[in-house]
Amino acid sequence: MTAPRRRSRRARRVREALLGYALVAPALVVFGVFVFYPFAKNIWLGLYRTPPFPGLPKRYAAFDQYERVLTSPEFRNSLRTTVVFVVATVPTGIILGLLMAMLAHQRLRGITIYRTIFSSTVATSIAVASVIFFTLLNPQVGLLTYWLGRQGEPSLLDDPRWALWAVSGVTIWQNLGLSFILMSAGLQGVPDDLLEAAEVDGAGAWSRLRNVVMPLLSPTIFFATIVGSILAFQAFGQIDLLTQGGPLKKTNVLVYAMYDAVFRQNNEGKAAVLSVALFAITLVLTLIQLRLLERRVTYER
Amino acid sequence: MGTQQATDGRPPGSEEHPAGAQVEVRGVTKRFGDATAVSNLDLDVAEHEFLVLLGPSGCGKSTALRLIAGLDEPDAGTIAIGGHDVTDVEARDRDVAMVFQSYALYPHMTVRRNIEFPLRNRKVPKAERDRLVGEAADALDLADLLGRKPSQLSGGQRQRVALARAIVRRPALFLMDEPLSNLDAKLRVQTRAELIQLQRRLRTTVVYVTHDQVEAMTMGHRIAIMSAGVLQQVGPPAEVYARPANVFVAGFIGNPPMNLLDGTVEVGGTTLAVAVGDARVELPPALASLAVSTDARDVVLGVRPEDLTVDPSAPLRATVAVVESLGHERHLVCERPGGELVTSRVTGDDDLPAVGEELGLAIRAEGVHLFDRATGRRIGP
Ligand SMILES: Nc1ncnc2c1ncn2[C@@H]1O[C@H](COP(=O)(O)OP(=O)(O)O)[C@@H](O)[C@H]1O
Ligand SMILES: [Mg+2]
Repeated sequence: MTAPRRRSRRARRVREALLGYALVAPALVVFGVFVFYPFAKNIWLGLYRTPPFPGLPKRYAAFDQYERVLTSPEFRNSLRTTVVFVVATVPTGIILGLLMAMLAHQRLRGITIYRTIFSSTVATSIAVASVIFFTLLNPQVGLLTYWLGRQGEPSLLDDPRWALWAVSGVTIWQNLGLSFILMSAGLQGVPDDLLEAAEVDGAGAWSRLRNVVMPLLSPTIFFATIVGSILAFQAFGQIDLLTQGGPLKKTNVLVYAMYDAVFRQNNEGKAAVLSVALFAITLVLTLIQLRLLERRVTYER
Repeated sequence: MGTQQATDGRPPGSEEHPAGAQVEVRGVTKRFGDATAVSNLDLDVAEHEFLVLLGPSGCGKSTALRLIAGLDEPDAGTIAIGGHDVTDVEARDRDVAMVFQSYALYPHMTVRRNIEFPLRNRKVPKAERDRLVGEAADALDLADLLGRKPSQLSGGQRQRVALARAIVRRPALFLMDEPLSNLDAKLRVQTRAELIQLQRRLRTTVVYVTHDQVEAMTMGHRIAIMSAGVLQQVGPPAEVYARPANVFVAGFIGNPPMNLLDGTVEVGGTTLAVAVGDARVELPPALASLAVSTDARDVVLGVRPEDLTVDPSAPLRATVAVVESLGHERHLVCERPGGELVTSRVTGDDDLPAVGEELGLAIRAEGVHLFDRATGRRIGP
């Protein structure tokens, strides 16, 4: 009685497993071709030193090249620049987005107009934003140049002291729409009756913000911070369009350095090492996020 | 008093009122766009009173409560709590506590922090806070749960936390919006009794919103019945039941509801009667004289099921459609020749008529309610 049933159960399990593999197979193929293979190839590229002139054979250097690139002052400069860029753009963007979301959360007449304006930068791309700001910062005719009283001086983008901050500003502006939308969605997730209960419980606006809104918004803020940081570590377009890593390598962020290594210096090996470094950074951020997502309490109502 | 530190932010002059403030609502109207949620509401709640706001869903009960709490602003009228006009005072300065239908517990705070929150906002010192939280937790049997988060509690426990958070700072006025509606039937009956005791002990004024007439009848010192934003009647449960002010209240209070039959007043010989279809129901002399004094000829005759008895010789004829047995009583739902349904309540073990049987229904003279059909208002005392 029990034996045949057990056998049929095992047969079913095998059938289900086969079906499962069949269903994930297409995704595995796509990932394999476009993610796993390039990733492995990239690590392998890092092990070979690219010859100074095309046509000469690649030389196997084991982890020598990793060590050389990752300890070079150039890499350290790039890493520092990138971290400064991330720290300058991500928190500022989130704080501004949150402030705008709180303004737009008010039940006021015509507030939808503001919501539309606040979220409008999502309709632009970083390329469009770069072109707009390139013009605004033009040393002769730029409006921002005029407001900053810098006529006759070089553009902020050409000033080694200011270039990174200028690029950060453009990035913040471009990300503001998304940040606003994320924070608005988060605010909408804070139930009205909790805020009303807090009001009856004697909480003023500040206490409600600190004790009710912020704790309930923290998962959203955390998510925005991690995802924003990952994206900021990968910034490229605005650098390429506005400063090309200059002046004096002051905006030579990691991805631009990679691009520079491949297309200017024809050094694939170096670029491969840099991209593995970026991968490691992204991996750490992702792991932090996963860990905290797991631990995060789901506030059921 | 232990809660003196808690008086910060109360309206001036209200620092020393006893636990239990009276409420005066005068001509309050609240509109949402074109819809009027509360229309010209006048309501007085006495000190230490348990007043129940009763009405069907959407009639404006919650809105009325939120206006008293200060969560909504009236479009017209004034509200006074404890003798002070609070119409323009913010919710947090009104010294009221509220229990929401959803409980509205702060999900990220422990039970202790939830209960403590009103005290922290009023800058009550820590030692005092601990004492008050302890008392509230004891009163509601929550002492063992203080370290938990709301998500780790059952529905009944959450409800008690919401109550504890409301009583912890001894508010003068306690507002509750359907606090029992998320509990299962058994827990609801139990909590109902606990709430009554709690109010008696704290002597706080309570305004309690519900759509459940059993809750209203059992809990309220007085019931205020609303319909479509308009207050219909205020009175003690027994009075509202015995003498409903209009057709709406008559049909809303009581289970099964009062039978309401359209009729016409007829003078016949020395007596006055109401013709209901082809049957004539004679009015008792007291009611007859009143019916004469009003011009209303078209009336609604109201009879509670318990005042409608089976009597083979009675002129009001009907056919038995359904017999419902509740154990201690039965309901005979009968169909009148015109298709109207009337219900008679039968207690005891008398033989019940069978479904489909035709019978006569007699109306107890004292059980007759008469309403003007045009205005819906009650005729007579
Ligand atoms: N914030 C609001 N916006 C628009 N209409 C509302 C709002 N609150 C209540 N209403 C309307 O007012 C009426 C009364 O609502 P409410 O006071 O919640 O009724 P009840 O609590 O008696 O069920 C309803 O018709 C409801 O749709
Ligand atoms: Mg309601």
